Parts: sequence; structure tokens; C-alpha cells
Amino acid sequence: MTLWPKNLTFDNYIGIFTNSSWYMGYVNSMLYVALNMLITICVALPAAYAFSRYRFIGDKHLFFWLLTNLMAPPAVFLLPYFQLYYSVGLFDTHIAVALAHCLFNIPLAIWILEGFMSSVPKEIDETAYIDGYSFPRFFIKIFIPMIRSGIGVTLFFLFMFSWVELLLARTLTATDAQPIGMIMTRTSTASGIDWGTLAAAGVLTIVPGILVVYFVRNHIAKGFALGRT
Amino acid sequence: MSLHLQNIDHVVGGQSHISGVNLELEPGSFNVLLGRTLAGKTTLMRLMAGLEQPTRGRIFMDGKDVTGVSVRKRNVSMVYQQFINYPSMTVRDNIASPLKLANTPQQEIDRRVGSIAEMLHIEHLLDRYPQELSGGQQQRTAMGRALVKDADLILFDEPLVNLDYKLREELRDELRELFKARNCIAVYATTEPNEALALGGNTAVLHEGKLLQYGPTEQVYREPNGRHSAEMFSEPPINIVPGKLTATEITFDQSLHFPCDPGLQRLTPGDYDFGVRASHITLKPQSADDLELPVLVDVAEISGSETFLHVRHERFPLVLHLAGIHEFHVNDAINVYFPTHQLYAFDKQGSTVHIPSSAQGSVAHG
Repeated sequence: MTLWPKNLTFDNYIGIFTNSSWYMGYVNSMLYVALNMLITICVALPAAYAFSRYRFIGDKHLFFWLLTNLMAPPAVFLLPYFQLYYSVGLFDTHIAVALAHCLFNIPLAIWILEGFMSSVPKEIDETAYIDGYSFPRFFIKIFIPMIRSGIGVTLFFLFMFSWVELLLARTLTATDAQPIGMIMTRTSTASGIDWGTLAAAGVLTIVPGILVVYFVRNHIAKGFALGRT
Repeated sequence: MSLHLQNIDHVVGGQSHISGVNLELEPGSFNVLLGRTLAGKTTLMRLMAGLEQPTRGRIFMDGKDVTGVSVRKRNVSMVYQQFINYPSMTVRDNIASPLKLANTPQQEIDRRVGSIAEMLHIEHLLDRYPQELSGGQQQRTAMGRALVKDADLILFDEPLVNLDYKLREELRDELRELFKARNCIAVYATTEPNEALALGGNTAVLHEGKLLQYGPTEQVYREPNGRHSAEMFSEPPINIVPGKLTATEITFDQSLHFPCDPGLQRLTPGDYDFGVRASHITLKPQSADDLELPVLVDVAEISGSETFLHVRHERFPLVLHLAGIHEFHVNDAINVYFPTHQLYAFDKQGSTVHIPSSAQGSVAHG
């Protein structure tokens, strides 16, 4: 036993990158994570805007109800989801996992974005209308740039949840859309554990997370405060 | 373009914010909305702009009913108390944005943005972003955006409140100049009577959501139609002393009485509130029949190069507005001279029943 490796080798990394059953795990994970982020942001942006700008009957209750979705453990949804996706023919597809993760990610995203949006004064919206902006144009040209950092932070949280979530991802997939986390369990076989490959795969799973954190590093603190500075 | 508000009521959550406002603004006029905070100035402006819909009543522009017309189609512009600019755009793009949306040719945009920027003295800042500017410069940018398009109605909601004193005076004077050449209705909300007097034009006095008085600023100042209006339109507020009017005399209490002004003699004897402007009470007698009152000093408040002296007589408190800086100590016993010929009289319902003849003609600040 030694702290410093005696023989430095990159064979395990090469093994992962040359074996399609391994690297497709990363591709699958990234695909459904990206899909999930896309769907979530598209749904959460208008929803958060509505919560931050309009008063309607039951708005506060609805907002709280959204948060309760985060309180249920994913395992509760496991069997119903499996049956639902199986019966509509979505089983073992990337979109199935992406949609399943939306259950947790959309409320989270609405919650974070609502905070950021509420810190933008309503007068900005009004000034834009007075200047003659149509709503979509205002939203895309003025409003979204103003909450850029909020969107960045939201994407970070979405990524983190979706990337490490294994329970739903592995139940809803079999071979075609298997997440990397599931493939990593292959290293444990009857003949022992392939520590080298497992370690290399583990390091590689951190890389995308580090990249994402790097890009939003200046906004994370504000993100944890959910934009409510 | 003229603007006509007809019987406007605005009720939010059972609370009446504006009630029964009738107001007609002339084309090309400069109008000041004067009132304390929560008097309904902002709400009234938002109704004029179309950002909010009145609960009852109609709004006409040029005789056309625009009550339900959205703000985008009304050709108005507005400057808020907060400095509102688009942070993701440069000052140039901020000012140009209303023109760009109206598909103005680029050459025309450049020309107009240039001339507006020059007028507001921000031509050297055009390529900066709003958050890199000082408060005054940010507000100038917001004003530039409001002025660059030929709006029919320009609304200023206490635009200078968050600026320092000197800058405020400077911008206020410029603002007045900017409007001389235009043929649009300008509405300017403020809480400060002095600002209203400095801006001139017309003044509408608002109190608790009701329009008390509307007319040329100096006239509203000189001839307030009621006690609230008089109190609102004077800084420090006009002194109100309750008293009794008999056929020939005014009695403030049993011991204090003096022969009343001939003008007051036509009123039916009874209880009235008498108003006297803070600047009319003096430390030295101004005329032979001034009433000498022994008072104790409460506090001397120095504001700029003026002193507001708060004193108390044994029956009522008074405020004096003195030019120059005077030093007094608490509980100093002094004599002040109360002008018996410059009294406003208000009946117990708060309506003006008498305006001193001296007020009709000259205008004194205060």
C-alpha cells in the first residue's frame, strides 16, 4: 500500500473512452440531463414570471404546493412512473428520464427564478410597455438578460439534481438510455471489483459538474439565497 | 392633445385610492400634481398612462375615449421616482429604444438621441451602461428615453426625489426649458410646494385620493379653496388658529381680540379657522395694527438660508418663516407680530370663506 501510485497508468481512461458500452453511459446521462434542463427552463421561466408579477386566486397556495413536490422521496413515484412510461412506450428513452426529473426540477427552478424575477422592479416591465415593447420582445430582449445570473444558477441546480439522480434514471431505462451511474455498477462482478475502471469512471463523472460550477461560480451564493438578496 | 379625466374612481381591494376625480388638462400645458405621500399622485398618473384601469369613470384623449386602451397604444412616456433603465443596454440604446421600436430610420435615431443627450448633458456617457453612472446621470438617461419620442403625454412621478439638492434644482430648471418647445401635456408629481411654485404651470392639489383644487399654480397658491389645500401648498404649513368672529372683532380666546379686516365683516359671525402664512408672522412689527404676541421658542429649524421658527403661544402653536439664519434657544421668550390683515378664513367644513386682499396680486414664497 502506498499513497503515491507506483505505476501511473491511463489505461482505465482509455478503456472507458474506447468501449462504447462505457462512454455511451456518459452520452446518455448528458442527453437526458440536457433535455431536462431545456424542458425545465422553458416551463419554469413563464411560470416564475407569472408567480412574481401577477396576483391570482390561490397563487400563494399553488406556489407552496409546487414546493411540496420536492418533499416527496423519488421512490414514491417509482412504480407509477415505471407503469406509466411503459404503457405509453417511453420506457428506455432519454425523454422518459428527462420528464421524470422534471417533477423535482420544475418546482425548484420556479422557486429560484421567482426570487430573481421579483428582485427586478415592476417598473422595468411598465417602462418597456410604455416604450412600445410587445411582451415577448420585452421578455427576451430585456427581462431575460436582467436575470441571466439567476438562470445560470438555476441551470446549475437542475444539472446537479439530474446528473446524480440514479433511482428514477435506472428504473426507467434498460439498455438504450442507461445512465453512467448504472453502468458503473458493472465494475462489481462475481470475480471481484474492477477498482481501476471504477475510479477512472468516478473521476470522469465529476468533470461536467466542475465545468458547470466554474461557469456560475460568481453567482452561486446569490443562488442559494434564491435571488432574494 | 388634451386629456380629460371624468369621474375617475379607483378602488383596490375595497380601499378607495382615487375618488371622483374630474380633471381637464389643456394641450401643451405643464401640470403639477401636488400632494403628500399616499395622496394618490402615483395612482392618478398610472391611470392617465393606462397602466391601470379606473374602477369607474372615463378617460378621454382629444375627445376620444381611451379608458380601456393599453399603454402601448397611448403614446405616453413616464419617468419614475426610482431610476429605471434597461441595465443590459448602453445609455445610447436606452434612449433610442422607443424610436427603434417605432421603426425610425437609423439616421433620425442618431440625430434625435444626440440632441436629447446634449440637452440633458449626457452626450459623453452614451456608450456607458446605466449601472456605471451616478444617480443623477441615470435619471437623466431615463428622462432622455421619455423625451426622445414625441409622446402626447409625459408623466414624471417625483423624478427628482432621490437626487441631491443642487442637482435637483438644476434638473428642475432644465426640465421647464425642455417643455417650452413642446406641444405635449406634461404632468409632474411632487410632495413639495416649493417645487410646484418653481415649476409654475398649473397645479392640481390632491388629498386622500380627492382632487381639492386645480388651476394656475400661483392662483392656487394665493387663493386656496380650502384649509387642506392651503396646508398642502405651503412649506412650512400655513398656521391655523381657531377663533370667533363677531361683527367687528376676531377673538382667539377670551383675552386675545382685535378689530377685524373690513373684508371679514361680510361673514356671518361665528366660529372660523383663521390661517396665516408662516412668512407673514414677523419678529418686528410691520404695520401699526399688528398683534403683539408673547411666545416661547420651541425649536429653530434652519433650512438652507432660511429659518423655520416653531414657537408656542399659551393657546396655540405657530410657525414663522424667517429669511436668513437666526439662532434661538429653547424656551426663549420673544414677541412675534401677527398680521391682522393677512388672515385667511376657513369655515368649519374647511372651505375658504375669505382671502386677504394682500394675497391677491403678489406671490411670496413660503
